[in-house]
Amino acid sequence: MNLEEYKGVYVFAEQVDNKLSGIAFELLGKAKDLAADLDAEVAAVLIGSDVIGLADELAAYGADKVIVVDDPQLKEYRTEPYAHALASVINEYKPEIMLVGATAIGRDLGPRVSARVATGLTADCTQLEIGDFPLNPVPGKEQKHNQLLMTRPAFGGNTIATIACPDNRPQMATVRPGVMQKIEKIEGAKANVIEYNPGFVPNDKYVEIMDIVKSVSETVDIMDAKILVSGGRGVGSPENFAMLEELAAALGGEVSCSRAVVDNGWKPKDLQVGQTGKTVRPQVYFAIGISGAIQHVAGMEESDLIIAINKDESAPIFDVADYGIVGDLNKIVPELTKQIKAAVAAK
Amino acid sequence: MKIVVCVKQVPDTKGGVQFNPDGTLNRAAMLAIMNPDDKAGLEAALRLKDQYGAEVTVVTMGLPKAADVLREALAMGADKAILVTDRVLGGADTWATSSTIAAAIRNLEYDLIITGRQAIDGDTAQVGPQISEHLDIPVISYAQDIKIDGDSVIVQRQFEDRYHVLKAKMPCLITALSELNEPRYMTPGGIFDACDAEITTWGRADLKDLDDANIGLAGSPTKIAKASDKVRKGAGEKVVLDPEEAVSYLMGKLTEKHIV
Repeated sequence: MNLEEYKGVYVFAEQVDNKLSGIAFELLGKAKDLAADLDAEVAAVLIGSDVIGLADELAAYGADKVIVVDDPQLKEYRTEPYAHALASVINEYKPEIMLVGATAIGRDLGPRVSARVATGLTADCTQLEIGDFPLNPVPGKEQKHNQLLMTRPAFGGNTIATIACPDNRPQMATVRPGVMQKIEKIEGAKANVIEYNPGFVPNDKYVEIMDIVKSVSETVDIMDAKILVSGGRGVGSPENFAMLEELAAALGGEVSCSRAVVDNGWKPKDLQVGQTGKTVRPQVYFAIGISGAIQHVAGMEESDLIIAINKDESAPIFDVADYGIVGDLNKIVPELTKQIKAAVAAK
Repeated sequence: MKIVVCVKQVPDTKGGVQFNPDGTLNRAAMLAIMNPDDKAGLEAALRLKDQYGAEVTVVTMGLPKAADVLREALAMGADKAILVTDRVLGGADTWATSSTIAAAIRNLEYDLIITGRQAIDGDTAQVGPQISEHLDIPVISYAQDIKIDGDSVIVQRQFEDRYHVLKAKMPCLITALSELNEPRYMTPGGIFDACDAEITTWGRADLKDLDDANIGLAGSPTKIAKASDKVRKGAGEKVVLDPEEAVSYLMGKLTEKHIV
C-alpha cells in the first residue's frame, strides 16, 4: 500500500428517505478542520437513489467535492450494496481519511467496508485531530506526522483512548452524532459533483427487504433541543413525567430520560440520553431524579449547564452538575415551573 | 441446522471500573461475565434449537480463563465449545480479532452465525460485521427478532426510527441486541454436565487461511497512542435546601444565565 497516494478527507453523507442526516453536516464541519491542517480537500460521498439533488446542500456545509453513487439498488439502506458502493469509492478515489457517522447505518456499514478495504476502523470517536504517532518520539522508531489521532471512550465511558492507524489507508473512524459542530451554512456554495457508479449485481449477499415499519413518533429529536428536562428512575412513575413536561414547556425545551425510564417502559427509546441512547449537548440540561450512572453521564456531560435535582446527596450526577440541589423533586419541580411561567409572563 | 455463536468474556462494568496504579484496567479486581449482547445471541440460538432443532457451537477468543464463559454457555444448553487462545493472538484490534475468529469458524460447518451487537468493554460493534465480510456472507445487524424460513432467516433489524424486516439466505451472520430476549438460566444438570464437558482449544496452528500479518498486536492496523482515565468536568455547587429556598436559588441562577 503506497500511503502517499491517499489524499483528501472524505465523509459518508448519510441520507435516509432522501433527506440528509444531521451527522453528514457535523462530519463535514470536522472534515474542514482536518483538511485545513493537511492542506487537503473535503469530499462527501453521497450514496442512494435519486439523491444527486442533495449535493448543493453538502456544498453549503463545506464539501469541496461530492462523489455521488446513484442507483435504484441503493434506495433503502442495505448493507451489501452500500458497502460495495463505499468500498468502490475508496478504492477508486483513495481518501486519506474516511469519516462515517456512528449511527445505526454507519455502525453497520463502517466495519464491513473497513474489512473489505483492509484498514483499521476506530469506533464512536468523540475527538479527531491531526498529530504525530507515536505522540512522542521513540528512539529507533519512526515518528509519523500528519496522522489522524482518534479519541474515543471505552469501558462504558470510564476510560478514553487515542488511536492511530499509521500503516493503512484510509484512516477510518465512526463519529458519534452530536459531538462535532457543523459550520455556518454558506449560501449558494457549489461543489465539484462527480457521478460514479461501480455497477451493482445483486447476489446472495443482497438481503431482501420484506417490510419497513416506521415507529410512529411525535417526539422531536432531543439532539436538537436547546433545553432538556431529563428524568430518571427517581421521577417515580410515568404519570409524574407530566411535571417535567410542564417545566420543559415553560422553558421552551424538551423532555428526555435515562435508560432506567426506557427499561421501565415509561418513555420511548428515542428520548433516551446516554451511551446506549443519544449524545446530547444542550445549553441547559436538567437531570431530575437521575442518579448519574457513568453510561448516562457519557451522553450528557458536554451540556453547557447542568442542573441536577436529586434527593440522594451521594448521587454521582452531582459530580458533573454545575448546580446540584439535594431535595424533593415533587415539591421543587412544580414550584419552579410556576415561577418560571410567572417570570416569562411578566416580560 | 448448525449455529455458531461468538461470545466474549468481559469485565462487568456495572459497578464501575477498577484501575491499577499505573492507570491500566485492573481486570483481576472486576467480575468477569459473558458479554450481555452475546448472551442474548446465545439465547436466540438456543430458542432456534428448541423450535427447529439445531446444533449450537459457541466460540470465544481470549485468555485460557475465557473457558468460563464457554462452560456457562454449555450449562445453558450449547452443544459444543471452542476456545481460541494463543499468545501470538494477544493485543488484537477488531480487524485482527475478526480475521482470527473468521479463520476459526472456517474450521466449522455453519448455517447461521450469531454474535452480540457489541461488547461492553470495547463498545465497537465491529467484530460481527467484520467476521461476515471475511467469510463473504450476508450480515444483518441489530436483530430484535429472528425466524427461520426454509434456507433463509427473517430478521427484524432495529434502526433509530424504524425497523426493517429482512430476509437473508443462509449462511448468514446476525448481530443480536441484548433487548432481543431474556437469557435463560443455567440448569443444575447443565452445570453438572458442563463441568465435565470437553472444550476444544485451538491455537494459532489450528487456524488455516489466516495470514500472520493479520494477527495479534502486530497485525492490528489500529494502534493505541494514549489511554487514560476519563477526565470529567468537576462538580459545581451542591446545595441542600428546603423546596422553597431551592426554587429561589434555581430561579436566581436561571435569571443570571439569561435562561429565563
